[in-house]
Amino acid sequence: MSEALGLYNYWIFVALMMTGLFIVVSRGNLVKKIIGLNIFQASVFLFFISLGKVDHGTAPIVSHAGDHGAAIYANPLPHVLILTAIVVGVSTTAVALALVVRIFEAFGSVEDDDLHRAEHES
Amino acid sequence: MIASHLPVLQVVMSLVAAPLCMVLHRGRPAWLLSVAVSWASLACAVALLLQVIDDGAVTYAFGGWAAPVGIEYRIDILNGFVLLIIAAISAVVVPYSLRSAADEIAPERLWLFYAVLNLLLAGLFGIAITGDLFNVFVFLEISSLASYALVSLGRDRRALTAAFRYLILGTLGATFILIGIGLLYAATGTLNMADIAVRVQGQLDSRTILAAFAFLTVGISLKAALFPLHSWLPGAYAYAPSAVTALLAATATKVAIYLLLRMVFLFGPDFIYEELPLSEVIVTLALLGVLSGSAAALLQTDVKRLLAYSSVAHVGYMLLGIGLGGMLGLGGGIVHLFNHAMAKGAVFLAVGCIVLRVGSSELASLQGIGRRMPWTMAAFVIAAFSLIGVPLTAGFIGKWYLVLAAMERGWWWVAAALLVAGALSVLYMWRVVEQAYFHEPHPANADAAEAPLSMLVPLWVLAAASVYFGIDTSLNAGLAARAAAVVLGIAP
Repeated sequence: MSEALGLYNYWIFVALMMTGLFIVVSRGNLVKKIIGLNIFQASVFLFFISLGKVDHGTAPIVSHAGDHGAAIYANPLPHVLILTAIVVGVSTTAVALALVVRIFEAFGSVEDDDLHRAEHES
Repeated sequence: MIASHLPVLQVVMSLVAAPLCMVLHRGRPAWLLSVAVSWASLACAVALLLQVIDDGAVTYAFGGWAAPVGIEYRIDILNGFVLLIIAAISAVVVPYSLRSAADEIAPERLWLFYAVLNLLLAGLFGIAITGDLFNVFVFLEISSLASYALVSLGRDRRALTAAFRYLILGTLGATFILIGIGLLYAATGTLNMADIAVRVQGQLDSRTILAAFAFLTVGISLKAALFPLHSWLPGAYAYAPSAVTALLAATATKVAIYLLLRMVFLFGPDFIYEELPLSEVIVTLALLGVLSGSAAALLQTDVKRLLAYSSVAHVGYMLLGIGLGGMLGLGGGIVHLFNHAMAKGAVFLAVGCIVLRVGSSELASLQGIGRRMPWTMAAFVIAAFSLIGVPLTAGFIGKWYLVLAAMERGWWWVAAALLVAGALSVLYMWRVVEQAYFHEPHPANADAAEAPLSMLVPLWVLAAASVYFGIDTSLNAGLAARAAAVVLGIAP
């Protein structure tokens, strides 16, 4: 039981991931879909970040004093990966919002139902 | 000197061409630059493949940091072959795009179109060439973001909604892949694919590895449009500009299928085919994709949409090869990768010619087009034969291998389903041919002339390739067999 609670950061990841995925699938408003997508992506960022976290770990920088033998180091690689993934996520959001603006100009709505109707007419 | 830097040039040339197109700020110079880059990329891909055939796998360590610490590009027969497919298609489609894109895209956006096109190619080359799993994700997103933008450039306003739906599903797929990469890193402590393949053995029964495998498979299947995850594909292909459709149909899903093949290599064929019931699952889904794609193609009233559903079916064929496994199945899937790229590229280029002259890709507006545009339609028919899988065309080889692989495992029902799908593909292709040749010309295309030479030549190059590689199979089938051996770990 305590083991399951000790992994609470992973439970948060799973809860956020499901929330995001549910919003993407269930909402008809395109902007809300993008928000859901962002929550989904952010959950994955959290997952990677907690993956690299070590209790009482410090940044893996070797000091000149030569006392690095005793220190506990956290793995910085997942954090670096997630910096890249955040950039990717921001670009995706930008492209998605640009598309929503164009869709609103062309159709006059950002609701999925209206768009489906308009598509079948044209 | 330059030969040792070929792997990085393959990606960097397209990547640098994209901002250069922005600087040029005019359509035609941007096109000239893109043509030069696409031909140089083809030369690069051929040189790399020859190097791999002679000396085995080629590696390139970034910044001099050797793998697994540094990022590594690694080319073996499998991805060398995929690079060749992407480079060959782009070298044909980019020259073609001059007239087609000028007709379908506003002139003040033409240079932007070429900038994004080069980004797409850089992303596709990058996915195929890299030996680092996180690199795969980054390049996947570069190519995906570029393809969303390219799809949205279509003339019809429905291109925008198609691009948005593609974006949502594509991003979900990519994020699933990212989760898979994270879990795999947590279990193995490395991102280098060759290294993962070694370290993953011995802990294959761990739940982390299983979860990583599941996330990666679902994510990649979304990108590859495996049934039932294919709903983004028909819209995106139907409304994108013609040249973009040809390029995406011939390369984008192929790269995702390459990634699935890489997964077989990563986790080892024993894990995929012996321990998991994946063979049965993939074969079933692939067959459903083949049959439902072919049946849906029969019902379409727009040629581009019809061919898009045919792509869903053909993705099914390639995945069927992966599902069946073994030298025959994988070889059949890989050779179909090449042959389908040629044939599907050709039919979409032919439709692009028709859109240029008729202004529509509705099936009804194609009436009598065979008399107005004889060369275009002749090339369409040749490529359609290859898609159907008529003997002596390239499309036959892959399907033949697949039938043999199914028989080898004693799954006669797979072979029977393939026959039914073949019959369906004859029917849907016949619908186009019947409209084009057995009707009086439609009033809408009364003054349609033959397509310009700058579009006919690329079209005929691909159509001729669909026949040539059906007769002389030493290049495509030979390489595919060696690539299958790489996947199965028989050859290095």
